[in-house]
Amino acid sequence: MLRVVARRAVSSCSELCSKSGIPSPIDQVFHRRHLCLGVLPDGLDRSSEFFSGNSKAMECLLSELQTHVEKVLAGGGEEVVKRNRSRNKLLPRERIDRLLDPGSSFLELSQLAGHNLYEYSLPSAGIITGIGAVHGRLCMFVANDPTVKGGTYYPITVKKHLRAQEIAAQCKLPCIYLVDSGGAFLPKQAEVFPDKDNFGRIFYNQAIMSAEGIPQIALVLGSCTAGGAYIPAMADESVMVKGNGTIFLAGPPLVKAATGEEISAEDLGGASVHCKTSGVSDYFAQDELHGLALGRNIVKNLHMAGKTENINTFQNVNSTYKEPLYDVKELRSIAPVDLKQAFDIRSIIARIVDGSEFDEFKKLYGTTLVTGFARILGQPVGIIGNNGILFNESALKGAHFIELCTQRNIPLVFLQNITGFMVGSRSEANGIAKSGAKMVMAVSCAKVPKITIIVGGSFGAGNYAMCGRAYSPNFMFLWPNARISVMGGAQAAGVLSQIEKANKKKQGIQWTKEEEERFKEKVVEAYEREGSSYYSTARLWDDGIIDPADTRKIVGLCISASFNRPVEDTKYGVFRM
Amino acid sequence: MALMAAILRRKLHGGLFLNSSRLFSTESSSHSDKRTLQPIEKILIANRGEIACRIMRTAKRLGIRTVAVYSDADKDSLHVKSADEAILIGPPPARLSYLNASSIVEAAIRTGAQAIHPGYGFLSESAAFAELCEDKGLTFVGPPSSAIRDMGDKSASKRIMGAAGVPLVPGYHGTEQDIEVMKAEAEKIGYPILIKPTHGGGGKGMRIVKSPDEFVDSFLGAQREAAASFGINTILLEKYITQPRHIEVQIFGDKYGNVLHLYERDCSVQRRHQKIIEEAPAPNVTNDFRSHVGQAAVSAAKAVRYHNAGTVEFIVDTVSGQFYFMEMNTRLQVEHPVTEMIVSQDLVEWQIRVANGEPLPITQAQVPLSGHAFEARIYAENVPRGFLPATGVLHHYHPVTVSSKAVRVETGVEEGDTVSMHYDPMIAKLVVWGENRAAALIKLKDCLSKFQVAGVPTNINFLQKLANHGAFQDGNVETHFIDHYKDDLFGNPNNLELEKEAFDNVKFSATLAAACLCKKEESILKENSCGSNSSLSIWYARPPFRVHHHARRNMVLEWENEDNSSSSKLLPISVIYQHDGNYLIEMEDISSRGLNVNASHLHNHYFTVEANGVRMTVTLATYVKDGTEHIHVWRGSHHHHFRQKLGLELTDDDETCHNTTSESASQSPDSVVAPMAGLVVKVLVKDGGNVVEGQPILVLEAMKMEHVVKAPLSGFVRGLQVKVGEQVSDHSLLFSVKGE
Repeated sequence: MLRVVARRAVSSCSELCSKSGIPSPIDQVFHRRHLCLGVLPDGLDRSSEFFSGNSKAMECLLSELQTHVEKVLAGGGEEVVKRNRSRNKLLPRERIDRLLDPGSSFLELSQLAGHNLYEYSLPSAGIITGIGAVHGRLCMFVANDPTVKGGTYYPITVKKHLRAQEIAAQCKLPCIYLVDSGGAFLPKQAEVFPDKDNFGRIFYNQAIMSAEGIPQIALVLGSCTAGGAYIPAMADESVMVKGNGTIFLAGPPLVKAATGEEISAEDLGGASVHCKTSGVSDYFAQDELHGLALGRNIVKNLHMAGKTENINTFQNVNSTYKEPLYDVKELRSIAPVDLKQAFDIRSIIARIVDGSEFDEFKKLYGTTLVTGFARILGQPVGIIGNNGILFNESALKGAHFIELCTQRNIPLVFLQNITGFMVGSRSEANGIAKSGAKMVMAVSCAKVPKITIIVGGSFGAGNYAMCGRAYSPNFMFLWPNARISVMGGAQAAGVLSQIEKANKKKQGIQWTKEEEERFKEKVVEAYEREGSSYYSTARLWDDGIIDPADTRKIVGLCISASFNRPVEDTKYGVFRM
Repeated sequence: MALMAAILRRKLHGGLFLNSSRLFSTESSSHSDKRTLQPIEKILIANRGEIACRIMRTAKRLGIRTVAVYSDADKDSLHVKSADEAILIGPPPARLSYLNASSIVEAAIRTGAQAIHPGYGFLSESAAFAELCEDKGLTFVGPPSSAIRDMGDKSASKRIMGAAGVPLVPGYHGTEQDIEVMKAEAEKIGYPILIKPTHGGGGKGMRIVKSPDEFVDSFLGAQREAAASFGINTILLEKYITQPRHIEVQIFGDKYGNVLHLYERDCSVQRRHQKIIEEAPAPNVTNDFRSHVGQAAVSAAKAVRYHNAGTVEFIVDTVSGQFYFMEMNTRLQVEHPVTEMIVSQDLVEWQIRVANGEPLPITQAQVPLSGHAFEARIYAENVPRGFLPATGVLHHYHPVTVSSKAVRVETGVEEGDTVSMHYDPMIAKLVVWGENRAAALIKLKDCLSKFQVAGVPTNINFLQKLANHGAFQDGNVETHFIDHYKDDLFGNPNNLELEKEAFDNVKFSATLAAACLCKKEESILKENSCGSNSSLSIWYARPPFRVHHHARRNMVLEWENEDNSSSSKLLPISVIYQHDGNYLIEMEDISSRGLNVNASHLHNHYFTVEANGVRMTVTLATYVKDGTEHIHVWRGSHHHHFRQKLGLELTDDDETCHNTTSESASQSPDSVVAPMAGLVVKVLVKDGGNVVEGQPILVLEAMKMEHVVKAPLSGFVRGLQVKVGEQVSDHSLLFSVKGE
């Protein structure tokens, strides 16, 4: 059978040869045909100053990143971790490891959320979120870290929890809540409790997702007090661990204060009470390992729940794929630390896509935007990358390419390194605002999975057109060198100092050159700080800072997770023509 | 000399069986006119396990069709599968199946078998059965029933042997069984004395009595056990030789009065009066002794007009060098293969030919003697609990690969079989041959280390220690060998250096086990990901992806210390997946840097592991039992057993039902659990009775061994619910003793 196919292939090849008139042996034709036209060149000059400078700079950034990550991986500190262990409790990441299929990857989100956000450290915002496989199904994990402020919800904790739920809803991933939390952090109740995207939204999301058939599973591995009690109560199924798990609206001290009743936590809201008497929980676990095993069992028994339609609509996935031709680690040397430094985005694409094969669309038109088709870990993708400022043509090309991908259900990968749209009279006269709006419209309405990676700068409306956070990409990650702000610090300083100067002039105050410089410096400094990747990731403006060398893997996993749902048709609004 | 032996051996191996058959056929034709016996074309094997399989093998080689009989417990066993036909003869208890003579004879008649081979044990030494066979026109492959009867009665056999001039141990062999008379006789012989049932063998019912005040208890116990095992409870007394060797001679006779011996075997190394390592020829004996003892055995056989295979057992006083007749076993012995190895003959073939009426194929002078052979009996048993028989499923069973004629594995079980409490817990016999004793011993040690059993505790580690013991290597064997060297053989907790070395080995094995477990998981994932849901396969990349850290696998392996079940240790292990596919394995208190391990999965249970610059083959077997994963690792000569909690308790939340589990029960010092699965044969105390520490409470029997369960402390017996005849499972709670 195989031989027949092979022969047919050979004959069709020779036909091709004769038609095209190339007098080369068959194998050579084969070679040419299989060596896809779009193989990207290496594109790196390893002996250049840029290369070595960028490598060194990135090395520093990565070691800094590693230091921060190691700190958050250690949780709330040695003492607390020890106390946690003495209660026969695992750390949240260990709990997740036990739930995951052996050998499954885990795409952790926003590891550095809460970084330098409060007066004291809040490692990973006190909650671990991420995606991994359980019994061959991707699930969203939301795990309180009881070693960080007792697992209480700070404003950023709530935000991270809600973001995980948002991804779960978007990708239709069953949610597993590993509950071990003292509830809302009371001193900050004003930022935690009342608003739309505050604590209450967690339970709202649980209800809405459950209604959509997205399973909601709670494992009560520790305390679950007050508002937290609603997480297991709102879950489709819940497990409680004897001795450690407790659920109550008010803990023993509050009960004593309120009614005078003296009762232990276990008798008030332990596993026995809730599994035998109240019915708040469904499965009784002898200990934590048992509880986690029960959690896995629940997922095993989900069967097709939540899979309203055939989720594997993404038929065109290759189970085998080629690695990029060039070392992915070299991505660390491409990333420009000095954002003024230009580089060809193709050298990044060449290290992300399968076999470095990239079939470029409209290569010769609007060349500051690179668009084209490729595969990442066997999955087809459309890639949009910046190679400079966005011009009219580039924006039109982008809108066109997005339309192609939405029509064909091809996920979009945005590689952002953008200082913005072209300004100036010619540009305005050409309708750059109109062209930009077309691209923004296309990006906003596209219902295919969108993944954004900021590999350099992300400034101004460029951030919008290239699917910034406001455009709800399914996932968004930053490289450590990334910067996000409405414009560059220097530009902002220039604009602001001009306005300030004008104001002062109106008031009749003379601004010395020195004062102006100091003013500008301050602005630049603020932009510098607020534009950094850490500032962004701490506030959950993204889903995490990643090592450039992990980009391919992470994008691959994101696409796979995003396709855990039926296809949705894209409908565009009115394009201004 | 050695060269000659080698040449002789090669010759024998190459062509002896062919030769001997030719010899037989020519001889038998010349005799066929004398007797009109129909030669055996179909044989029924009235036995089970390895011996049934072994007999079938020879029968098949001779073109004889085979019939197996089996009990309900054995319907899927190897001996049934190996036979051409198989007949169900009854329920699991032996007395209703393998001891049920009439069903077996009926099975032979139904299938048209002309002969019955009884194997060993069961009906092999029942004169009544032999007679029944002859009455029904079936050939009994064994000695004449008269000889079985004479030799089966130990008192009678000694009288006969005494008359024939075979040396005897001083003792009382009278018919008077009154306890006072017996006690007086014991005084005459002088303590220590040995109490034995007159019938049966295998050490069942035997008691050593060191002083007169122990006499009554031991006497009654021996009677009871004899009655249970053999149906006859007569007892004899003998002088107890303090440093004896057990040497036995294989004899063979034909129906024409020819008897020869095939040299001796040494079966001195025993536990619970049962042999565990046998060898032939006996070490450290002179040729003079060899021929004397051989001649004595031949005389003994001739005295009872013996034919077919038999063994004459002698007790040798190592102090005086004197040997005394003990008993004659009128059957093929368990340990017959060691003799076969040194004389290059198939004794089962001889048995069948002799039963067919053919004369012996060779003369005494033609009996070759080449090299040395050992047999190690591999038992399912609990060595630290006094070699108590164990039961369970053979989750992993890989006997050593037989690559040459110098190694034989006689077994009747396969992986997945159950070692039940109904029959003998022997799993296999490992038989090895070498040019000389030293060479054979090297082979024995090697084969033992490659003999893999998981699922039931075995004596393999213990056999290894025995084989490695200096005194054993020197051939200084005697029947108290194990007791004598127990500190060396059972591990001495006071030897800290050895303990540490042993524990380092445990930790290293645990490290390798962790690596192999992870590797195995990867291979399974690899196989599965080729299946349907390929879009998710990228989630199972190797190594598993983590953001900014290495995937880590934490496990806690609990070492199951075979020597001392109470000193099991918890070993927390972290396996850190490296980008290059290696594992960095960290263990508390092992080197803080961790061990970099490269593991590759060869196939099934086999792995190649490189650690510390050493590459080795590791075998890993795992199975799940009672919510716990059991992990067995073999590497080099080491075998370790670990357990890992899986968090799979399927018990309900009922607190009380948890208390009845073995663990919590055994932890309570005043509760007593069954030391083994077995049958309650005697309950000596009533529930609520007042007992003193050490007082026997009840008697359990398993595999025909009695075990007395005693009070752990003084007080009142509580919760004693078991009744005589009740079957109890291993570790079940029997009763507790509460203080006043």
